[in-house]
Amino acid sequence: MSLSDKDKAVVKALWSKIGSRTDEIGAEALGRMLAVYPQTKTYFAHWSDLSPGSAPVRKHGKTIMNGVDDCVTKIDDLVGGLAALSELHAFKLRIDPANFKIFAHNVIVVIGMLFPADFSPEVHVSVDKFFQNLALALAEKYR
Amino acid sequence: MVEWSAAERKIVADVWGKISIDEIGPQALARLLIVYPWTQRYFGAFGDLSSAGAIMGNPKVSEHGKTVLGALDKAVKNLDDIKGLYAKLSKMHYEKLNVDPDNFRASYLLADCLSIVVATKFGSAFSPEVQATWQKLLSVVVAALTSKYF
Repeated sequence: MSLSDKDKAVVKALWSKIGSRTDEIGAEALGRMLAVYPQTKTYFAHWSDLSPGSAPVRKHGKTIMNGVDDCVTKIDDLVGGLAALSELHAFKLRIDPANFKIFAHNVIVVIGMLFPADFSPEVHVSVDKFFQNLALALAEKYR
Repeated sequence: MVEWSAAERKIVADVWGKISIDEIGPQALARLLIVYPWTQRYFGAFGDLSSAGAIMGNPKVSEHGKTVLGALDKAVKNLDDIKGLYAKLSKMHYEKLNVDPDNFRASYLLADCLSIVVATKFGSAFSPEVQATWQKLLSVVVAALTSKYF
C-alpha cells in the first residue's frame, strides 16, 4: 500500500497545519499509548513517571514526534531516510514492530481531537498509509 | 469475567450519554470503509461504495452504522454480561455472514475508527483515562463477538 502522490500531498498539507503543535501531539500520543495499552510500558520501566503529562513522557513524546516530522520531509524515501533509526530500533531498543501501529493509532486519535475539521476520512486514509509505510521503513533492519 | 470499577462505569455512562448513535455509527462505519477499503467485501449488497463521497452519502451504510451502534448500546447497558449478550450475534456473524475470523481484524479496525470519531467529537474531553476505558469496552465487545468462532 505504497504512498501515491496524492497521499504525500495530503500528508504534507496536514503537517503544514499541525506542525506547530507536534511537540504537544507527540507528548499526548505517548501518554495515551502508555495509559490505554499498558503492555507498552514495558519499554519504559526505567522511567520514574509513566503517567500522561509527566516530564519523561513529554520529553520523549517530543523526541519521537520530531522523528515523525522528519519523515514527512523524507516522504519520498522513507526506507533510506529511516536507515539509522531502523538500526537503533532493531538492535538497541528492540521494540516489537507491532507497537509502531499502536503508537500511530494514538497519534491519529490526538490529531483527530485537536484538528477535527482537518481530519476527514480522506485525509485519514492517507495519514494511516503514511504511518504504515513509516512503520515498515522503521522495521526494515530488523531481520 | 470482566471487572468494571465504579470509575469506569461512570466514564462509560458519561461518554455514552453524550454520543448520538445516529451520528457516530454512520460516521464510524463510513470511515472503516474509506480508510480500510478491503472491508467493503462484506457489504456487497450496499450499493455504491465507489468513492468517499458515495460511502458517506450511502443510506445503507448509514443504516448499518446505526445498527452497529445500537448493538453497542446494549453492551453499555449490560456491562456485566456482554459475552452472554453477544453470543447470538457472534454465532450469526460466523454462520450466516461467514466473516473470516482473521478479518475480525475488521472488528479491531472498526473499533479504532469508532475511537477516532469519538475523539474528533469530544476533543480534549476524550482524556487518556476516558480513552483507556473506552478501549476496554471495545476490546470486551470484540472478544465477545469473536467468542463463538472457536
